[in-house]
Amino acid sequence: MKQIKIDPITRLEGHGKIDIFLNDDGEVENTYFQIPELRGFEQFCVGRPVEELPRITTRICGVCPEAHHMASAKACDAVFHVDPPPTAKKLRQLLYNVFFAGDHTTHFYALGGPDFIVGPSAPASERNILGVVKKVGLEVGGKVIEMRKRTQAVLKVLGGKQTHQVTSLPGGVSKGITQEEAKEIEQHCLWFVEFGKFTIQAFNDIVLKNQEYVDLILSDAFAHKTYYMGLVDANNRVNFYDGMVRVVDPEGKEFVKYSPNEYLDNISEHVESWTYLKFPFLKKVGWKGLVDGKDSGVYRATPLSRLNASDGMPTPFAQAEYEKMYSTLGGKPVHATLATHWARVIELLSAAEMALDLVRDPEITGTNIRTIPTEIPTEGVGIVEAPRGTLTHHYTTDAKGMVTKVNLIVGTTNNYAPISMSINKAARGLIKKGVEVTEGTLNMIEMAFRAYDPCFGCATHTLPGQMPLIVRIHDTNGEILDEIKRN
Amino acid sequence: MAKPKLALYWAASCGGCEIAVLDIHEKILDVAAAFDIVFWPCAMDFKYQDVRAMEDKSIDLCLFNGSIRNSEAAEIAHMLRAKSKVVVAFGSCALEGGIPGLANLTTKEDILRVVYKDTPSTVTQNGGVYPQTHSKMKEGSIEIPELWETVKSLDQVIDVEYYVPGCPPQPEQIWAVIEHVISGRPLPPKGSILGATDKTCCDECPRDRKEKKIKQFYRPFEIQTDPNECLLDQGMVCMGPATRSGCGALCTKANMPCRGCYGPPPHIVDQGAKMVSALASVIDSTEPEEIERILDQIADPMGTFYRFSLAHSILRRVEKV
Repeated sequence: MKQIKIDPITRLEGHGKIDIFLNDDGEVENTYFQIPELRGFEQFCVGRPVEELPRITTRICGVCPEAHHMASAKACDAVFHVDPPPTAKKLRQLLYNVFFAGDHTTHFYALGGPDFIVGPSAPASERNILGVVKKVGLEVGGKVIEMRKRTQAVLKVLGGKQTHQVTSLPGGVSKGITQEEAKEIEQHCLWFVEFGKFTIQAFNDIVLKNQEYVDLILSDAFAHKTYYMGLVDANNRVNFYDGMVRVVDPEGKEFVKYSPNEYLDNISEHVESWTYLKFPFLKKVGWKGLVDGKDSGVYRATPLSRLNASDGMPTPFAQAEYEKMYSTLGGKPVHATLATHWARVIELLSAAEMALDLVRDPEITGTNIRTIPTEIPTEGVGIVEAPRGTLTHHYTTDAKGMVTKVNLIVGTTNNYAPISMSINKAARGLIKKGVEVTEGTLNMIEMAFRAYDPCFGCATHTLPGQMPLIVRIHDTNGEILDEIKRN
Repeated sequence: MAKPKLALYWAASCGGCEIAVLDIHEKILDVAAAFDIVFWPCAMDFKYQDVRAMEDKSIDLCLFNGSIRNSEAAEIAHMLRAKSKVVVAFGSCALEGGIPGLANLTTKEDILRVVYKDTPSTVTQNGGVYPQTHSKMKEGSIEIPELWETVKSLDQVIDVEYYVPGCPPQPEQIWAVIEHVISGRPLPPKGSILGATDKTCCDECPRDRKEKKIKQFYRPFEIQTDPNECLLDQGMVCMGPATRSGCGALCTKANMPCRGCYGPPPHIVDQGAKMVSALASVIDSTEPEEIERILDQIADPMGTFYRFSLAHSILRRVEKV
């Protein structure tokens, strides 16, 4: 038995690690994708005042603190049985959609995009944001930096801080916006919508007009037939902030639609002794291991999953692209993991359009932004869509609102089983007897998980410089048989 | 001349420090131009072996974020110490344990029990399964690091030259530190706090503080506060008086009380003790019983006064009795 290690692939709660075992025929026997870290928020949030959790759980992830801030605030609303005034809800949603547009931008241009824009087999030293800029022009690099700059500026106004927001609390938000601030944010949002359209166009020109890429997207090595999950509004359209969780089966038929407080009837988590991360699955289908299909409770919660689980987008330009995606890829649902990149740019545009609608709403500058809770706090669940998947916060408190229990099912965690399966399938498809394992092979395996934009996916493609990866192949005695360096 | 070498690393952290570095926006290109970035797992694909292969003291500047709470992070910290001339504890977690340090209010056993057994969505088979450092699978062995009982700050594990506070450090402060290094100006004495100022958060706060005596404490969800008056004067527990300045009082400007992420002010070792003395001076009573009654209104003093600094405080952790 030979063993290949990829360590670290860096960050979910820190880091990630892949082990690939080869049998004596040189074929993949099995793969293990391990998460080596645990911080224990579920336990150390106990004893804290519940209204502090929107400010504590942001530290689960500094890449998407907005998602935890919102899920936590919604769980707090539920704990106190309080409904925030319309202006407060709209301010939260405005913040959230602006965040979504910015977050998806980072992934598309810096992390996942380089595989397509520069090409999956291009030299590793070019497969990064600078390579993207070289390919599509310096102006684009400037636009991406400007997009981040503008989204962070809006987040600071609405959230108090651009990272680790503080303004959402039980019953509403601590701070409204003035007419002047709304005007300024509107200008930013207009820019975001144009940037979203530009990104869709770039995806069309670079990826869709290249048959090789379309074939790669649709290739079997990158497909899994699973259930799909996403939050939907009353019309079953994608919603990032609010609504019901809808799950469709591998044929695209609605399997279940549940409200946040019914999540325990629908989601369970499986524990393995070789990793710190748990594997969520659909309770009513059951855990059958790391396998796809209708009989396995494995589901996916990604941008593509949200589109698969919905009947459409809430905004017109994104809706047109939604229709185009499904007609191009052969109808719903799409199982091709790499199509997640397409879904992500559609969501980017939709988030920008939503933000523009919200900031133009006359209620957005209202001054009634808090409902002071009056009922005795008990228990509550808050669910939002994080960019990387459905995010669930569940709190129980004593009568004073001091936390007694916390349960969290975090964005990327939903996809732990499918990511593991995608790595396995890609490795099996690419590592074959007598075929040399090259740097390109390793990148193709990494592409399988990068499509999920897992928090640990930040690993590979950002700044200038070399991007080496060392993989060692060991025999059963631990002797190094081969070493592949990506440089 | 060869460019100075820069390394960035995250241990037990959230990634917010990395985002804060990116939030210097176009100036990140100046950083890339001024330094040879030799290790940055978040943004670039370097592996541990690359760092191991470097000569001792060959990295000029290492910005290390995150607290230390498992064997792997400790190992990397020791390795980066050996390879680096200057190590900076970057952000609250590296500086003083940060929010992950709240785990020192509980135990490793309780964390494992809650996460892998008690949480209502977790399926427990055969009495429950805990992650093991070494797993023997049918194909071979795989390992994960050992979780520590106690969360530590970086300087409790390795020697550290400088500290940059904040959760996260504010981008303009990060840029000021980096610009200083790029300029080649002499570095301050070892042990200095960089990227912050020498007063308290109250000095940066635009609210009007009258140091009113208070009889009643409120929690943030309970009342609407006046936007111009000091939050503490209004009975809101605000860590401003016990917190170093440098963030620009962002939270109080957003009508939320400070939670102390910039750490204790100059010459103060224990932020929680400083906050207790700050509160003692504003309570409107001289009767011990009444003082106790008023202080009892403060929800979760430990988790509030030591929100970011527990691991590095005099207490370090709470022992279960």
